[in-house]
Amino acid sequence: MLKTLTTDFELDLEADVLVIGGGPAGTWAAWSAASSGARVILVDKGYCGTTGCAAASGNGVWYVPPDPEARETAKASRESLGGFLSDRNWMDRVLNQTYTNVNQLAEWGYPFPTDDEGKPYRRSLQGPEYMRLMRRQIQRAGVKILDNSPALELLVDDDGAVAGATGVNRQTGTKWIVRSQSTIIATGGCAFLSKALGCNVLTGDGYLMAAEAGAEMSGMEFSNAYGISPAFSSVTKTLFYNWATFTYEDGTIIPGASSHRRSVIAQTLLQQPVYAIIDKAAESMRASMRLAQPNFFLPFDRAGIDPFTQRFPVTLRLEGTVRGTGGIRIVDESCASSVRGLYAAGDAATRELICGGFTGGGSHNAAWAISSGYWSGKSAAEYTRSLGEHKTQRQVKGVGEVGLQSGSARTLATNEIIQAVQAEVFPYEKNYFRTEQGLTESLGRLNHLWQELRNSQVTSEKELPRVREAAAMVATARWMYSSAIERKETRGMHKHLDYPELDANQQHHLISGGLDHVWVKSQPLNSKEKSESKIGALV
Amino acid sequence: MIELVSESRCIKCNICVNICPTNVFDRVPDAPPTIARQSDCQTCYMCELYCPVDALYVAPESDMQTSVNEAELAEVGLLGSYRENIGWGHKRTSTAKADQTFQILKQMK
Repeated sequence: MLKTLTTDFELDLEADVLVIGGGPAGTWAAWSAASSGARVILVDKGYCGTTGCAAASGNGVWYVPPDPEARETAKASRESLGGFLSDRNWMDRVLNQTYTNVNQLAEWGYPFPTDDEGKPYRRSLQGPEYMRLMRRQIQRAGVKILDNSPALELLVDDDGAVAGATGVNRQTGTKWIVRSQSTIIATGGCAFLSKALGCNVLTGDGYLMAAEAGAEMSGMEFSNAYGISPAFSSVTKTLFYNWATFTYEDGTIIPGASSHRRSVIAQTLLQQPVYAIIDKAAESMRASMRLAQPNFFLPFDRAGIDPFTQRFPVTLRLEGTVRGTGGIRIVDESCASSVRGLYAAGDAATRELICGGFTGGGSHNAAWAISSGYWSGKSAAEYTRSLGEHKTQRQVKGVGEVGLQSGSARTLATNEIIQAVQAEVFPYEKNYFRTEQGLTESLGRLNHLWQELRNSQVTSEKELPRVREAAAMVATARWMYSSAIERKETRGMHKHLDYPELDANQQHHLISGGLDHVWVKSQPLNSKEKSESKIGALV
Repeated sequence: MIELVSESRCIKCNICVNICPTNVFDRVPDAPPTIARQSDCQTCYMCELYCPVDALYVAPESDMQTSVNEAELAEVGLLGSYRENIGWGHKRTSTAKADQTFQILKQMK
């Protein structure tokens, strides 16, 4: 048992607000907390500026000027796609806050383009540029950044309120503890190490830590987003496939396949390879495409393929809850979780509030990261102020379990566990096209994997961050499939082959949680009351 | 996946070691960093963008290793090509200003 991990810290720091995760949501949270006068520390598993899926990509933004008609169209456009689980009040809040904050980016010097009428165009952000700017801004605001420093577990005080976190610098081995009055989880979603662009840092770590502190998830059944990419590549940018023709190996067109009807592509991929060619893009548009998303063309240029004139094989890579909408349940407009002192933002938080059960694509996700980040930072700073002077006297303890508590003497085969969880969540026949039988069988195997993690021992400290990632992925998959079994209908991105229709009686959220004992409850829309527990899968 | 740290171009600044989101590189005293955990590379190309001397090459294949030839890559202009495309580097201007997403969305059905 590596007890030293939770007792012996070379770096012992105090903060008003701790932000875990350095992508768009984390940096907006850190900036707004610091701007409210809080002392802020931001820790990231990777490097704040390059970490997460936004940094590596071109990002659309749900940026809509305050024109009533435009706003109405923006809100109405996705309500049916999302299965009518979104909330118009939250949409209004997000549209307002995103508009303000994106304009703030322009003031900070983000080089927005102008459109052909010479007006500033602010609905698209180049990831590397955006996140380099965010890092600079939070440093200017006085935020202390710990890069390469995965958080491993949350701390709670005697009253069960979250009081910071501990972790390790994965390059130096330095163990750190940050004691804070409030903590924001902005660790992104979970894409299960699928190598979808920029997604491998997103392994559900924040969900696991939050759940160990007692937080709940919401919408975990909406977790089966897949992005189109060239079969050999990581670049899951889907926009340009709007101008693609999808074909079988012999060149005949696959009926019904399109970037909007990915299920046809998934169906076909179960039997045979699928090819694409971006042949519907007019000559004049091709140059615009290169200027809009330089990273889309990178794998093609390097593989010697002209995607406009040559066919290339494509695949669908799992983006899980990164483009799905499930995550930590938000209980009020401050972006608080159900645990005191703990807030959630960005992909780590449920996005059902604005997207319902269907991904908003990059644009809603970017807007959600910006606004939920901003609110969580502001609220966390206010919460800290409300605690007053006695706040630093608290006794705290780590609440991390798998990997941090002793199991039996059995050594963990981490890579095997990761491959085993991937084998349950990657295959289209299990996760894209869900069935009662398939979900039940998967859940059985996932419960067994959890048990294995619980009963094994970490043998070296170096291994710990990866073990925690493996545990987070298994836990995430169990909340996903437990929720998916409970939603006996097809709604949003949740496709249930046994129940192919939307059922008006199931227009509710599914809240889930638990570690050894996973549970799922339904919760009516716009209500804080929960109905009684429906299922309980005891391991 | 990352396939090349050029011995001749690398200035041992170790920026790539710091900024790689998945911790693929290890620093080595008085030498270029090594690709220590290649299979952890997520093919996000961020290391190339941050390398000030175009010493890195990330091959487009994300699930398998490939062999690369530095001289050939340099000759066809692929070393540092992404950095050039986004306008990062000495005396370059960010191409974010030239982003034409508005043209594309106008033609979306």
